[in-house]
Amino acid sequence: MSDNVSLRITGLAKTFTLHNQGSAVIPVFGGLELDVFPGECVVLAGRSGVGKSTLMRAIYANYRTSAGHVLVRHRGEMVDLATVAPQQVVDVRRVTLGHVGQFLRVIPRVPALGIVMEPLLANGWSREDAEARAKALLTRLNLPEALWSLPPATFSGGEQQRVNIARGFAFRYPIMLLDEPTASLDPANRDIVVELIHEALADGVAMVGIFHDVDVRERVATRDFVISAFAAQTPVEVEAA
Amino acid sequence: MIGNEILLEARGVTVRYGLTVACDNVSLDLRAGEVLGIVGESGSGKTSLLTSLSGRLRPASGEVLFDVGGQGLTDVYGLSEPERRRVRREEWGFVHQNPRDGLRLRISAGGNIVEPLLMCGERHYDTMRGEALEWLSRVELDVARVDQRPSQFSGGMQQRVQIARALAHQPRLVFMDEPTGGLDVSVQARLLDLLRGLVRELGLAVMVVTHDLAVARLLADRLMVMKNGRVVEAGLTDQVLDDPQDAYTQLLVSAAM
Repeated sequence: MSDNVSLRITGLAKTFTLHNQGSAVIPVFGGLELDVFPGECVVLAGRSGVGKSTLMRAIYANYRTSAGHVLVRHRGEMVDLATVAPQQVVDVRRVTLGHVGQFLRVIPRVPALGIVMEPLLANGWSREDAEARAKALLTRLNLPEALWSLPPATFSGGEQQRVNIARGFAFRYPIMLLDEPTASLDPANRDIVVELIHEALADGVAMVGIFHDVDVRERVATRDFVISAFAAQTPVEVEAA
Repeated sequence: MIGNEILLEARGVTVRYGLTVACDNVSLDLRAGEVLGIVGESGSGKTSLLTSLSGRLRPASGEVLFDVGGQGLTDVYGLSEPERRRVRREEWGFVHQNPRDGLRLRISAGGNIVEPLLMCGERHYDTMRGEALEWLSRVELDVARVDQRPSQFSGGMQQRVQIARALAHQPRLVFMDEPTGGLDVSVQARLLDLLRGLVRELGLAVMVVTHDLAVARLLADRLMVMKNGRVVEAGLTDQVLDDPQDAYTQLLVSAAM
């Protein structure tokens, strides 16, 4: 095993079984193999419905895997998220594995600034330092200062997403998963997110991302990972990445 | 942050009412700083399980173990009755669905909050008064109402007094049974946020029973799904809710609004 791999996926398969819909079995993918190293941004490619988001969720342990392993370097050791106890997944997500989705999961009554500070406080930052870091990020992402002390429930989609991105990039996770973080942003803010990604890569963060925006994809991808249609089905042509 | 030491463990706990089996062979463990949610429909046995785990209902079979006084896991029902009462009073806290079950309505709000402290041996009046005021503001109640009785409070305010009462003596483990049930949605959101903040700030271990999946998602690290007295699925909260494996859990999640 290469000694500095950050994320290693081996033999990964995912199948959904819908018990209440005639026990329909939906195979998504199987036999996936992927290594991600520090400073790399691997962009998932493949036609719509091929399982890009499902793979992201499986890596984050949000979905259970049907077979295979998701190994992440956590506190110096390789931990298999497919098999570890839930308490350890919580720890991996707090310290090692960051995730930025397409939408902010709003927590009632918690102001934008508090949402961005949370991952830092959870990692032992002082309130003062966490606040300074959160403010710097929200400023960079052009979120008006008047909104910082308000809960984002009433924010526009783009404003919520910028809070989400600030939260995702506040703490320096060694591994990050980006599921279309720029989808609801205007070009100026999209450029800032590209900058944030480049800075993280320069710091040695290992990234896996989904970007439908071709321009963003070309600017951040260090290589593509094409998910081919599930082995059990007839092969389908994959859109060029 | 979740610790390594196990605070509470259930081994094959079965609860019966006559011929009815309320909980069937349930095993679980809870670590320091961890929040475990128990969800399931009415009659699934979740409250019976909570009652049994919290030392108030001896199981027909199985064991309930708690790290009594930090001295290692001890069979709760093997303790003498006074010792078990001491554990419940000093090391645990309870939040009932109905605040009237957890509060004494004829003594002041402040009195309710500090009574557990008094039972833990606190004797200094100024300290207790200070704690009462401190906790009232923590649960966002007007400190000027410290001497009023809970019977003069709204349901949501009573629930906040109950939470203060359950936490003021710094228990190591808190049991909550539908802590936001019966409250209107805006009060619920406020209470949830409050609970979530306190749980993190104090590093509490919590076992919370709810039928509301949104409450479970917001509060719990881990989830157990019960049906007909059995655990049908357990795991990381977002995994259970976003990728349910069991037929019943899939039904439950798809039925939630």
